[in-house]
Amino acid sequence: MTIENHLQQLTATPPDDVGDRVLVAVGLADEFVEWPSIVGRLFIAFNGLGVSTVSADADADRFEAYFQRRHRRPLRPATAVPETIERHLAEALDRGRPGRLPLDLRGVTPFQSDVLLKAATIPRGEVRPYGWIARELGNPGAVRAVGSALATNPIPLILPCHRVVRSDGSFGRYSLGSDDNKPRLLAAEGLDVAEYQRMARTGTRFVGSETTRIYCHPTCRAARTIAGSHRVELRSTSEAEDRGFRACKLCRPAA
Amino acid sequence: MLSGTMVVMTDLDDLALRLSTDLDAVFPEVVHALSPGLYSGALRMLGHRQDAEDITQDALTRAYRALGEYPAERIAALRLPGWLWTIAANLCRNRLRQRSRKATLPLDGPDPTDTEAGPDEKAEQADLGDRLTGHLLTLSWPMRSAVVLRHVVGLTTDEISTALDRPPATVRSDIHRGLERLRHLLDEETP
Repeated sequence: MTIENHLQQLTATPPDDVGDRVLVAVGLADEFVEWPSIVGRLFIAFNGLGVSTVSADADADRFEAYFQRRHRRPLRPATAVPETIERHLAEALDRGRPGRLPLDLRGVTPFQSDVLLKAATIPRGEVRPYGWIARELGNPGAVRAVGSALATNPIPLILPCHRVVRSDGSFGRYSLGSDDNKPRLLAAEGLDVAEYQRMARTGTRFVGSETTRIYCHPTCRAARTIAGSHRVELRSTSEAEDRGFRACKLCRPAA
Repeated sequence: MLSGTMVVMTDLDDLALRLSTDLDAVFPEVVHALSPGLYSGALRMLGHRQDAEDITQDALTRAYRALGEYPAERIAALRLPGWLWTIAANLCRNRLRQRSRKATLPLDGPDPTDTEAGPDEKAEQADLGDRLTGHLLTLSWPMRSAVVLRHVVGLTTDEISTALDRPPATVRSDIHRGLERLRHLLDEETP
């Protein structure tokens, strides 16, 4: 046999999962881990582009079915969490905002992405109505579209749709686990749920300060510093404006 | 193997054309069809399984990102194995350079996962394949890369010329001299 024939026989078989790892790296397949949280066990899927999915399914099979419906690409249990994700995932879940965690938002429209990233600017323990997001995005009529963009949020908790509530003050629906998880998460973030619900029941949508003549969303951190004796409860932005209050520059109130 | 990953033997000529029409759907087939060649070539150039695995993964990942920027006509016209090796050969060469820099550090011992090599001590009892593997690693980079791409990976001289960015005549001479050298090394061992 010639030396050329011998060289031809020096081919080798790569390990089985090299190909799979390439597909995960480029975002044509995902891996997932299980992760504990205050609303129960989560499944978190990611690929080389970032975290793609957070879900609270009952088991891995159901998570995989949901993932397939949503993304239509292969999924497998993770062998290792990439360093860039591991470093920022716990903090992102803890704070309820992406921070430096890379996200894979290819599956969402530009509008949905704008809505979700706007929701991520709401501070922990505070809430804003759907209409606030619509107004912030320069499209105050798009309240329903904002609602459906949040309802199909692929990365709840990290993109905190739980901080967006209905304009009547009720918490509204929540896709991660059950609707009850929304007030549960907000309570864990420090929101006084009972007091918030009392205001919702009595029609209070904003609060103003008689000393500064500024009005806020009730959960705005500026509103929480108003002393009880100067605190005015308001039903609408027009009532506030009529009574001579100006809008807080921090929470930019909108119904 | 991931569920949904395509496992089909693929006609390489047809592959670039199909890739140009749907990158995401067809790229898994590219990975499947071309990773054995990339891995084999990198393994014989570097003599190290973990490095070969890293290079295979890295080259295919870079390839996907590059393809995403190419217009469809350019993808359709690609000769995929040669093109992929323009990426992979560079990665192999960089890896060798890094390793020779690291080798000057006193704490850097031999990699325990390295199942190849030790050509000198193993030569006596090893079979011809093992001896060839060891001798390949003693060739200069120009000879080694050209011989491996021609005879292990099976690229044409033209494809190698593109992949290594050397004129075809130089590639032919590198292959010729490389084979001569290997024959000489094998002969030397025979008592």
